[in-house]
Amino acid sequence: MSLLAVKGLGIGFGGIRAVDNVTFSTEPGKIFSIIGPNGAGKTTLFNLISGVYRTESGSVTILDEEVTRLSPEALAARGMARTFQNLQVFFRMSALDNVMVGAHVHEAPRGLSHLLGLPSTARENRQTRDEAMALLTRLRLADVAERTAGNLSYGQLKRLEIARALASRPKILLLDEPAAGCNPTETAEIDEIIVEVARSGVGILLVEHDMKLVMGVSDRVLVLTQGRVLIEGTPAEVANSPAVIEAYLGTGLPSLEATHA
Amino acid sequence: MLAQFLQFTMSGLTVGAVYAVVGLGFTIIYNASGVLNFAQGEFVMIGGMVTVFAVAAGVPLPLAILLAIAVAAIVGIGLHRLAIEPARDASPVVLIIITIGGALVLRGIAQLVFDKQLHKLPGFSGDTPVNFLGASILPQALWVLGGTAIMVALVSLFFAKTMIGKAVLATAANRLAAQLVGVNTSVILAISFALSAAIGAIAGILVTPITFTHYEVGTMLALKGFAALVLGGLGNPMGAILGGLLLGLCEQLSAGYISSTYKDAFAFIVMIGVLLVRPSGLLGSKLAERV
Amino acid sequence: MRGLIGNRWAELGAMALLIGLVGLILPSGYYFRVGALVLVSAIAALGLNLLLGYAGQVSLGHAGFVGIGAYAVALLPTYWGVPTLLALAGGAVFSGLLALALGRPILRLKGHFLAVATLGLGILVAMVLTNEARITGGPDGMPVPRLELFGTRIRAPETWYWITGGVLLVATFFAQNLLNSSTGRALRALHDSEVAARAAGIDVARIKGIVFAVSAIYASVSGSLLALLNGHITPDVASFLNSIELVTMVVLGGMGSLLGSLIGAAVLVILPQALTIFHEYEHLLLGSFIILIMIFLRDGIVPTLRKRFTERGS
Ligand SMILES: Nc1ncnc2c1ncn2[C@@H]1O[C@H](COP(=O)(O)OP(=O)(O)OP(=O)(O)O)[C@@H](O)[C@H]1O
Ligand SMILES: [Mg+2]
Repeated sequence: MSLLAVKGLGIGFGGIRAVDNVTFSTEPGKIFSIIGPNGAGKTTLFNLISGVYRTESGSVTILDEEVTRLSPEALAARGMARTFQNLQVFFRMSALDNVMVGAHVHEAPRGLSHLLGLPSTARENRQTRDEAMALLTRLRLADVAERTAGNLSYGQLKRLEIARALASRPKILLLDEPAAGCNPTETAEIDEIIVEVARSGVGILLVEHDMKLVMGVSDRVLVLTQGRVLIEGTPAEVANSPAVIEAYLGTGLPSLEATHA
Repeated sequence: MLAQFLQFTMSGLTVGAVYAVVGLGFTIIYNASGVLNFAQGEFVMIGGMVTVFAVAAGVPLPLAILLAIAVAAIVGIGLHRLAIEPARDASPVVLIIITIGGALVLRGIAQLVFDKQLHKLPGFSGDTPVNFLGASILPQALWVLGGTAIMVALVSLFFAKTMIGKAVLATAANRLAAQLVGVNTSVILAISFALSAAIGAIAGILVTPITFTHYEVGTMLALKGFAALVLGGLGNPMGAILGGLLLGLCEQLSAGYISSTYKDAFAFIVMIGVLLVRPSGLLGSKLAERV
Repeated sequence: MRGLIGNRWAELGAMALLIGLVGLILPSGYYFRVGALVLVSAIAALGLNLLLGYAGQVSLGHAGFVGIGAYAVALLPTYWGVPTLLALAGGAVFSGLLALALGRPILRLKGHFLAVATLGLGILVAMVLTNEARITGGPDGMPVPRLELFGTRIRAPETWYWITGGVLLVATFFAQNLLNSSTGRALRALHDSEVAARAAGIDVARIKGIVFAVSAIYASVSGSLLALLNGHITPDVASFLNSIELVTMVVLGGMGSLLGSLIGAAVLVILPQALTIFHEYEHLLLGSFIILIMIFLRDGIVPTLRKRFTERGS
């Protein structure tokens, strides 16, 4: 039984198949990376898995439970969390509040007692806040906890998204280019956090252009081109595959060694 | 039976034509600037009121009509310059509220310059109904339908054939790009507002002999024109026309056969219904939101 | 920016102080009446602020709920002998349920579409109130039986001032509670990014329904109090224009500022009172005023001032 199994997943946008017949599965505690040139369909694949787009063909299961076409919130309730390539931060809220929102699935949906301000609400708030502060500290954001997210730097926002995703204590974590636009030091930090989270038993799906990061941390790598799986294997297998080298060179995109944003 | 049905259909098409023109006016401005102009109904009111008062002051009808169209066009440009351009970067909702404020101002001015009474114009070809298969039809209704058809045709030609029309479309597609290729977008937007105001005024003039006019008619017309737009599909001029005619028909048929008490409510029920079932309207296309 | 907790008591305190001080200096019944009108409008604006300012969902039809509340305390006691306070609660519950039922589908819409759907909704309510003339008195309206508390009829504007002030404080307290909870965080989150909110497990439809219902209840209570204060009610309370005024109050005072709702209400209620001599110019002035606010004070009075202060402080 796999943690997350994707079978024959596909979707098209007006003629082009953005994701076409993609199949793979991941295990708890493992880092599964998806790479491919720009426009290959990586983000679209994430959108399908996390329920943002409605799948047209294929299926997704979590621990053998069929979850295809479930809403993002239903998937979150089943232990999925994600970050976004183009920041989706709650810009008007403080960094702390952003991370507290991440814990939403663990809070009781009791609108009336929230309105009345019953003691249970205060207790819940305190617990969520403590957990969120711990995560902010872990991602070196503690000193900006009270700042409005809109005023944070790009690198800080990238880490804030990770903190928010972790706040739901996920079983499966989808990271869409978490190190994009970050300097080498920041990238190294994110690298470390990803490994650490995986070690705690979370299954990670990682989309990243930074090949050093990918090849260093991944257990398995899947190469996507034009929506299709080109190859899947260990980092070494993928790096040495002639098909991959050709695909990358053929599109005139940076070679595997190069890092880019 | 048939006579009655014809009667209702004819009056439905007549009011529907006005909704269609208001809807078309909305579309022209929306496509050029992304603003939903809720002062659209006031242009219709201005067309009717200015003509009525000019005629009463002794101006010959054709001249009065030209005057009314000119006034509406100038008001349209003024609205854009004074109220909308200064808030160009505001959210759509703020812009909607600004145009509602503009509508209030225009209504307030109409109330001061004119009065608060109901007014009508004599029919252009007299007020004696002609008999058609047992239904009695006002000649003015034919003026409204014919006038609307001609207007729609001219507007389409304007966008398809003239340089200015193409510049408007280019501005709509991408304001910055249009500026880069040398289009004066500010002028283009002014033209859109003037055009939209002018066609609204013409509809107002054509329909005043049938439905009368009043300083407050604008609100309902704007709302129903918008309902027509939603029904047809936002941004599609043909959708606005189709939506307007359908809305007018449904309204008059339901008023005739069911009850006229909630005749006005009908447009809103249809509008909300369409929004909920098919927000893209009858002729609109669906779009997936990108993340 | 300070977290919500720090601001909370300051905000409530400022509001109480403002209401109390003004209440002490008002010279006559007329002024208390205007004061009570401000407070009543502030209750509706506060509710709308939760929806518009915090959750970012527009309603251009909120006066519809004000109308429901107003006619609840007019119709229920008149025709069915329902005690006034029960009628007020009935109106609030009805408004809340209506909002909950309609909110789910309507709030799926965005931007323009949401604005217009809610606008249609408000107009439908106004139409029903006008057309059912046999019981509502049509456009001329109907008298509202006075509120009786502990055997005395509440008529004096002074009393109404303090009652509405009390209700506003309670309303503020509840709004703060809501904002300072997971529901409140969720509703602020969906304002900024619906996808991210959903990916974090927030049932966006449910949360929107809740805020819409709460704001409808606030509007309904405000309408009931308005009817009782005036002793007479017309379908105008539910008019499109009133909906626009409510939105303008929220924007003027400051979206996302509860204190701002009171300030916005004060300006929009007092100004026309001060300008009654210009009755003929009412539309013109109100329209110009709305345009000017939207162009120059789009960020709202309270947030603008707060920004000034914090900038100077740092
Ligand atoms: N909502 C949408 N509507 C239309 N086309 C879309 C949509 N979403 C994605 N696409 C198309 O699907 C294809 C894959 O895009 P996607 O964003 O998934 O690529 P990617 O692999 O994430 O690229 P990058 O490395 O640049 O992030 C592209 O051709 C894109 O234009
Ligand atoms: Mg991508």
